[in-house]
Amino acid sequence: MAGGPKIRIQHIAKSFGPAGRAIPALAEIDLDVHERELVCLLGPSGCGKSTLLNIVAGFLAPTSGTVLVDGRPVSGPAPERGVVFQEYALFPWLTVSGNVEFGPLLQSRPAAERRRTVDRYLDLVGLRAHAEKFPVQLSGGMKQRVAIARALANNPAVILMDEPFGALDAQTREVLQDELSRIQRVEHKTILFVTHSIREAVYLADRVVVMTSVPGRIKQVFPIKLPEVRDRFAPEFTQYESDITRVVREEVAKVRE
Amino acid sequence: MSAAATRAVALLGVLALWAAVAHGNAWLGVVNPVLLPTPVEVSRVGLELAWSGELTRHFLTSLGRVAQGFGLAALAALGLGLLVGMCVPLRLMAEPVIEFVRPIPPLAFLPMFLVWFGLGEASKVAFIGYTTFFPMFVAIAASVLRVDVVLLRAAASLGASRADLVRRVVLPAALPGIAVALRVGVGLALFVIVGAEFMGADAGLGHLIMEGRTFFNPAQIVMGALVLGLLGSLINTLLLVAERRLLRWRAAA
Amino acid sequence: MARFLSSVPELMDAGLRGTRLPRGRALALRLGAITAFLALWSLLSGAVVVLKLFNPIFLPGPWLVLGNVLDMAVRGPLWIHLAATLERVALGFGAGAALGVGLGLAAGHLASVRNVIEPVVELLRPIPPLAMLPMFIVWVGIGEVSKVGFITYATFFPIFLTTVNGVRQIDPLLLRAAQSLGARGLGLFTRVILPAALPDVLTGLRLGVALAFFVIVISEFIGAEQGLGYLINDGRNFFLVPQMLGAAVVLGLLGYAGNGLVRLLERRLTRWQHPA
Repeated sequence: MAGGPKIRIQHIAKSFGPAGRAIPALAEIDLDVHERELVCLLGPSGCGKSTLLNIVAGFLAPTSGTVLVDGRPVSGPAPERGVVFQEYALFPWLTVSGNVEFGPLLQSRPAAERRRTVDRYLDLVGLRAHAEKFPVQLSGGMKQRVAIARALANNPAVILMDEPFGALDAQTREVLQDELSRIQRVEHKTILFVTHSIREAVYLADRVVVMTSVPGRIKQVFPIKLPEVRDRFAPEFTQYESDITRVVREEVAKVRE
Repeated sequence: MSAAATRAVALLGVLALWAAVAHGNAWLGVVNPVLLPTPVEVSRVGLELAWSGELTRHFLTSLGRVAQGFGLAALAALGLGLLVGMCVPLRLMAEPVIEFVRPIPPLAFLPMFLVWFGLGEASKVAFIGYTTFFPMFVAIAASVLRVDVVLLRAAASLGASRADLVRRVVLPAALPGIAVALRVGVGLALFVIVGAEFMGADAGLGHLIMEGRTFFNPAQIVMGALVLGLLGSLINTLLLVAERRLLRWRAAA
Repeated sequence: MARFLSSVPELMDAGLRGTRLPRGRALALRLGAITAFLALWSLLSGAVVVLKLFNPIFLPGPWLVLGNVLDMAVRGPLWIHLAATLERVALGFGAGAALGVGLGLAAGHLASVRNVIEPVVELLRPIPPLAMLPMFIVWVGIGEVSKVGFITYATFFPIFLTTVNGVRQIDPLLLRAAQSLGARGLGLFTRVILPAALPDVLTGLRLGVALAFFVIVISEFIGAEQGLGYLINDGRNFFLVPQMLGAAVVLGLLGYAGNGLVRLLERRLTRWQHPA
């Protein structure tokens, strides 16, 4: 890739609490995410993967280390780093199109251009017909699709997703995974994706980063050599699942002790 | 029967009961009939005062005081409520002061306001302003502080500046709470305006009611009270309608 | 100025509330705020005197107010007035609570009672209770009875309404379960309905106490010779502002104490709600 990695996470460490009695959440994370790559952060609850994502997003300041996106250091949230949240975080007082339009509106884009952008991304996620509805009228899966459209409409350099399908039931979850896979084949965004579902990680990721629990560290990175359109029941898929499961199980056992 | 119809029937029922008790008493002479005015007498007083324009004058005077006092307090409560939300040291400092002033019943300060501002309109407006400010400020500040962090994060990652956050996220998100606070404020204003007009006033519905006592005219007291109740109901209904229109997004389903 | 407002990165961590300060700092800030408030007040009242802005009796410093209260406490009159106010509140609230809870329980439980009382209550509810004060005076004169009666009238409504609601919101499943275990009539009432409605009843009582203190003042302005409200209004005649402010503060303390008492009662009687 020309010009280096899209996201460079350098020696990131994070502790919570007053000095002296601080709880280390993350210790010495180094990770590169390349352009057009979808990297999954995978690990048991409490391993710090969401904390890491929040630091990359600029919501939390690290205790030490830096994050570079497109070579520029992260010091707070910015439109270059779009975020999709587990709780959807749609603005309830705006319609679907109002939500998707939010980013371009803040950047003072002309109304006609905004309209085109909204239409394009609502078409992409298949919700054009619901443009004038309010979030309270939508199902969980629909809300998350709006959230994805909203993030994409702002044309960010990278997209950060924090367990985006965690609040959905199993069927909707798989449908949305298919959706995201399809969207990625069209948009080719750089995505950093947090999940605790091994299946989800193998389905979506180009690389799976398995993290250890407190303090969070990178245990192992699995490059996923599978075709763009993946079959959840193919033997290669299942092989990756069991390899990763074995590694993750070691970590879960440690937490239980 | 629909809810509105049931209510209408209940109202008529109460009216009938009142008429029965009052007229019955007048006929039987259980207590001095003057003390238990009949609906007819009350309406008569009302119509007389309406005809002479007096009722309108007193009504508008009270309404004017409520509007001005509440209006000023609402603006202040909104401005300070937002400010307190955006400035953590200010909030921490305002909290103990509020806790100190809050338990003191606002009516306890009424004579103070009369001393400070004299017997004119200013004292009534200032008093209404003072009374309604604190509860509204506290409620508005609470709903501002309750704005979900995740909404702020979402907006910031879409490129919102601080001003954008306040204008496009904090305000709309806090609006339902602000609407409730304003409704409570109006209710409180109507509650105390009567008391404020008992003393040191020569106009207003409260004054009209007090006059009923001075000139031993209970019918006037009842009439004044009913007009006040009507005013309160009207304003409350108007506010609820406005609230529902502004907050369409809440129950669009 | 804008520097004091939270910046965007600061808001990202914990929202508008901000991260919790360590207890020491939070306490220091609180004390600092109260001190600053008193200091500002003192400064203003001092400035009025020095700069001759207006007659200083309009803005006495906090020490004058405190001095007045202590003086009255030591010499004795404060307690007489305090007792007078307290007595009226206690009697009025007591009667209002008894009626409110009694009728509320009946109306909540029996539709027949409810259909009679509720329309009357709904009619009277939008009318501010204060508007009825002159009525009480006309009926019963300016004495104690009218004051106590007025407090009873005012406190009745919130207590009645919350009690009715408390009874009506009881999960019918609970009642059916109790009945299937053999509870009937009075037994059902005392063992199931009463405890289940208790949290709402207590909330109503708390509102009633607050309301009682809220309205007692105005009834003591008109035709009283004793009481904290009387002290406040009486001060008007001779511009005894420290007395007016002092009595108001004492009233505030009383209200605070009353509220605290009901909260204590709440916590003891509904311990099952927060066993921790």
